[in-house]
Amino acid sequence: MDSLLAGLWAAIELVVTLDPDLVEITLRSLQVTVTAVVIAAFIGLPLGAWLTLTRFRLRRVTVAVLNALMGLPPVVVGLVLYVLLSRAGPFGVLDLLFTPTAMVIAQIVIVTPIVASLCHQATRELWFLYHDLLISMNTTKWQRIRTLLWDGRRALLTAVLTGFGRAIGEVGAIMIVGGNIDHVTRVLTTAIALEVGKGDFALALGLGLVLIALAVLINLAIHSLSRTEKEGTW
Amino acid sequence: MTKFSAIFAVVISLFLPVVAAADDMRMAVTTSFHNSGLADVLLPEIKKDLGLDVHLLVVGTGQALRLGRAGDVDAILVHSRKAEEEFVEKGFGTHRREIMYNDFVVIGPSADPAGVGGAKSAAAAFQKIAAAKTAFASRGDDSGTHRKERSLWNAAGLDDAGLDTGWYRASGSGMGATLNMASALNAYVFADRASWLNFGNKGELALLFAGDPVLFNQYAYIQVSPTRHPHVKKEQAAKLEEWLAGERAQQLIGGSEIAGETLFTPNAQPR
Repeated sequence: MDSLLAGLWAAIELVVTLDPDLVEITLRSLQVTVTAVVIAAFIGLPLGAWLTLTRFRLRRVTVAVLNALMGLPPVVVGLVLYVLLSRAGPFGVLDLLFTPTAMVIAQIVIVTPIVASLCHQATRELWFLYHDLLISMNTTKWQRIRTLLWDGRRALLTAVLTGFGRAIGEVGAIMIVGGNIDHVTRVLTTAIALEVGKGDFALALGLGLVLIALAVLINLAIHSLSRTEKEGTW
Repeated sequence: MTKFSAIFAVVISLFLPVVAAADDMRMAVTTSFHNSGLADVLLPEIKKDLGLDVHLLVVGTGQALRLGRAGDVDAILVHSRKAEEEFVEKGFGTHRREIMYNDFVVIGPSADPAGVGGAKSAAAAFQKIAAAKTAFASRGDDSGTHRKERSLWNAAGLDDAGLDTGWYRASGSGMGATLNMASALNAYVFADRASWLNFGNKGELALLFAGDPVLFNQYAYIQVSPTRHPHVKKEQAAKLEEWLAGERAQQLIGGSEIAGETLFTPNAQPR
């Protein structure tokens, strides 16, 4: 209990004094996660809608695999990427290991199945309603995808925010491919792991509270910007 | 659509360029070196003197050697002499340069139920722990500290792989995490002095045994071989070696202490 209070105190102190290290790793956390989530949304949303609209032989299997990939273990993602990006690996010449770019790639791999799978589920219900209309209007597949994505935007926002939540709190993969290098690849979650290792639980908890507050703030900001909780618009 | 473009603008503005400093290099160091806090003393000085940003990867000795073998780092600073010599012999590193040493210590519950405090040697201390079957937290991660601990079980006439898991707990993680585990279980643990001194969650634990010459813990710096990995930053790595072995760094190393105790003793030989 004492360490929880000490953690709260440490969090307040860090935020009030605008600790430069805290600002730096918080911005890097945001930069890595937001970049990854935006890219994952650009891949995952059209992919999810496309899966709703397209009938092909392995469709069920594909959907099942995509659902299963939502639970992809981050440590395994990190390890596989590590092996691929290592100097001894096939993509070693790119010199991406232990860079923020490698961390972004890891998070894209983790988040894309989540976004795609949740998008598939959301658009499937919508397609049930829109099926006859869109077909009778003789729309192209791309138009149908756009219609589904636009009209399902509220559920899709939740899908993207779910991906964001998974990515911002993720530590296993980015620790391996980022290496937790001070001023280069250290983010909030890896800094927490480091402080736990030093036995400084108060600072670790303080950073944890900052991380949670950040996630809440981002969610609130996006909801208020997109007015999902106001009446009328949607 | 405008509100979404607003969100999009916010998102894009976060997409700042990710640039690395002009002169930098990567060095894999052991958790014991980093957790001691010495890195925080040396890195700013390196930046000041050499204009070099040293990016530290904090791992166990086993993983540090692996990173060096793959060419993912430019140099390593580790403490497991046998493994280091093998690393250099196989051509993964250019040569070994001794920088500093400290010693390993046996930590345990301050009540000392196994009576380790009165042991005559480190091996005898380990025998007492095994005989009393009191909880012992091991690194279990193939680090330099873990290798040393294994050799001590063997010196005590015990097979480290066959120890009863009822009291012998292998954490499989870094020095800090293992100390946390020992603190929570009130268990014995084998650690290096610097990590112990700098550890913030000591709880009921105390330093019980030290001073046996076998507990000597030498740290050495090895440059990753540029013949095997042409991309490594050999000039920077060579500059760093000279700096670490130089007078100023050696003074800084000898001068850093926690609670009045010296963390490391410098012992680099000038060339």
